Amino acid sequence: MEPAILIGLLAAMLRLATPLLLGSLSGIWAERSGVVNIAIEGMMLTGAFAGYVVAERLLDAGVFDGDGTGHLWIGVLAAVMVGSLLGLVHAFWTQRFRTDQIVSGTALNILAVGVTAYALRLVYDVGGSTKLPETLPAILTWSVNGKDGPVGVSFTPLMVLAVVLCLLTHVVLFRTPWGLRTQASGEHPLTLTSLGLSVLATRYVNMAISGGLAGLAGAFLTLEGIGQFNEGMTSGKGFIALAVMIFGRWKPLPSLAAACLFGLADAMQIFLQTLGVEVPAEWLQMLPYVLTLVALMGLMGRSRPPAALGQVS
Amino acid sequence: MVPAVALEGITKIYPGVIANQDVDWTLEWGQIHALLGENGAGKSTLMNILYGMTTPDSGRILLEGREVLIASPSEAIRLGIGMVHQHFQLVGTLTVAQNILMGMEPRRWGLVDTAAAHERVRALADRVGLPIDPAALVEDLPVGMQQRVEILKVLARDARILIFDEPTAVLTPQEIALLGQVMQRLASEGKALVFITHKMREVQAVATHVTVMRAGRKVGVADPRKATAAELAALVVGRPLKAPPDAPASEGGAPLLRVENVSCRSSRGLEALSEVSLEVRAGEIVGLIGVEGNGQSELVEVLAGLRPVTGGKVLLAPRSGGTHVDLTRATPRARREAGIGHVAEDRLRRAVLKPWSIADNLVFDRFHLAPYARAGRLDHAAIRERGANLLARYRVKAPDAQTAVGTLSGGNQQKVVMARELDDRYHVLLIAQPTRGVDAGAAESIHDEMRALRDRGAGVLLVTNELDELLALSDRIGVVYHGEIVAWRARGTVTREELGRLMIGGRMTGDLGTPA
Repeated sequence: MEPAILIGLLAAMLRLATPLLLGSLSGIWAERSGVVNIAIEGMMLTGAFAGYVVAERLLDAGVFDGDGTGHLWIGVLAAVMVGSLLGLVHAFWTQRFRTDQIVSGTALNILAVGVTAYALRLVYDVGGSTKLPETLPAILTWSVNGKDGPVGVSFTPLMVLAVVLCLLTHVVLFRTPWGLRTQASGEHPLTLTSLGLSVLATRYVNMAISGGLAGLAGAFLTLEGIGQFNEGMTSGKGFIALAVMIFGRWKPLPSLAAACLFGLADAMQIFLQTLGVEVPAEWLQMLPYVLTLVALMGLMGRSRPPAALGQVS
Repeated sequence: MVPAVALEGITKIYPGVIANQDVDWTLEWGQIHALLGENGAGKSTLMNILYGMTTPDSGRILLEGREVLIASPSEAIRLGIGMVHQHFQLVGTLTVAQNILMGMEPRRWGLVDTAAAHERVRALADRVGLPIDPAALVEDLPVGMQQRVEILKVLARDARILIFDEPTAVLTPQEIALLGQVMQRLASEGKALVFITHKMREVQAVATHVTVMRAGRKVGVADPRKATAAELAALVVGRPLKAPPDAPASEGGAPLLRVENVSCRSSRGLEALSEVSLEVRAGEIVGLIGVEGNGQSELVEVLAGLRPVTGGKVLLAPRSGGTHVDLTRATPRARREAGIGHVAEDRLRRAVLKPWSIADNLVFDRFHLAPYARAGRLDHAAIRERGANLLARYRVKAPDAQTAVGTLSGGNQQKVVMARELDDRYHVLLIAQPTRGVDAGAAESIHDEMRALRDRGAGVLLVTNELDELLALSDRIGVVYHGEIVAWRARGTVTREELGRLMIGGRMTGDLGTPA
């Protein structure tokens, strides 16, 4: 195969893996502390929306000019904050009112779809949004000359940040007192109670972090990806991120590898389509989802979730 | 001398139950103070008050003469009170050091300083004489070692008053002996120890003082070095207990259950049983004992149909007599239909559903049969009636048969299981740890029911960690070691000491009995 094609595939893989990695980290923070978070999808979508709207409004109001990236970064911040807020809502419902964690998560997902669609019309009067003139630019680009001109891999800021956060999650989870508390909260919360440490506080903080990471994944989609917001644009990435987390056995570093694998599957289907393979596009588009199912089937019984996951304290 | 702890006039009332009524109690430094009482007598409530898990409705707590308010476990820890919980409060996926130092880890640049943590645990372990590997994962440790982690966790927080809540319930006899030495060493260092237990032998072995509670009140104190086990038990139950009948071993009738060369693997995939053979005859109780993890639990699971065999046969004689049927690959339900009952070792996982009522729990093995099911519909009246009858017969302490099993004490839950399984529907019973966490009075009635069942011609296979129980009930005793039955002894021909030796592999020449 021509190197340019491989590089193109690599670039697509990194771009597609980033939101999955951030989503899986979001899942790890929540589930390691004992809270099931199936609302990653909704948090991602809301984050994508909030990030886009804030950036676009700031630009429109002339606070920032289109040449800089200040408005984009404030958008990223807004996405993280909105995600965190939703994380806290999930924590509040499930811990304070002991709502079933799947029910609360499902409610948040449905809410996110409705609220973002409604707010989009409220702000713009249309079902789609205009494209931002710029998205977050690459920090580093590595390109080679291919048959049809130069092909390159761009390393964008949130992509790099995602990897840094993955390493950070690893260190915090396994090497800091807070990480040990988180693990205890997910495995055997009574341990904390019997030592006079608060399970509730642990879970609230972790859910805020979990939501923030999902929001950041959303910001990646709008502010570093396509530069605009479309209804339901996450299209199941939050759920695939959960599969990535399970495939990565609730650990950050294996989840990084898993995210790359899933990203590659997604990149492959796009690549095969452009290659004009004699297979209906719909079949190719199934690839990442089929991989999700196969991966989860292959892992049945071998991957062990935190013991107290989903239990009411 | 000012006592370490003085409780004055403690009263605690839960809706409908007086847990503690006007209890005065003192604990001195250097004491090992046993708290005795039946399930629900108020021992645990009293200790929960001392540990800040609940607050008394009235009464005072004096710590070294100073009145204190203990509103939470963290407050209790700060005051130097520690509890070794019956159900270990440990995180299995973390290491020994991480568990012991949870919330007080030595740090370096914000990270846990693992080397320093291991050093601290090692130093602590050496100082108190409880050596342990700080880097081991807790879930890989045997139960006795896990308890050691629990004790070290409490000592690491500088506890001077230690509460042990039924510390020996899940330990093997060897581990119990070791724990006794540890407790005596701690007391000799001047710490004050309290322990809740049901086992009189342990009280006599380690306790220096005894307080007995009944129905929320303190009913007496005793000197464990002077009182006999029978006297202590009588004080607990409020009436003298019968001595176990000293009947000669039952010869047994026709073989009901025949196990032939059965092998199986453990959950970890290792060989758990290798070619075990035994017979359970009509009208006998066959007792098996071994250090935990030697295959006796797996044997019961194999016979109940919960674990596949890798070789061998399980044969059962039908109730009506006749030739044995091969049940080696039968489902658990088919085995029950054929007449095998099962009292599971892990009560909460395999024997009861906590949120369900007593009545419903009592028909788990027969809800699909008449009179409890008619034409595919449950007959709730019949289920309720059975519940009410068995509740009374087994003296389960509950308002009525509609009470959720989860709200009962462990001992009363076990009575429910026994009531369901010790039934004439079964002519062979597999009974594992029948009195774990059960008080002396209830244990006596469970033992009586087991003997009655035997005398009606049933065959019982008993697996227990309690030497006293084993010796009191079994007509024949088999010792399990490394997946094999290494010795057989008839009732009355074996001492506790000899059993203890056999259990740890002390196989002597000429010592091997033949099965059956």
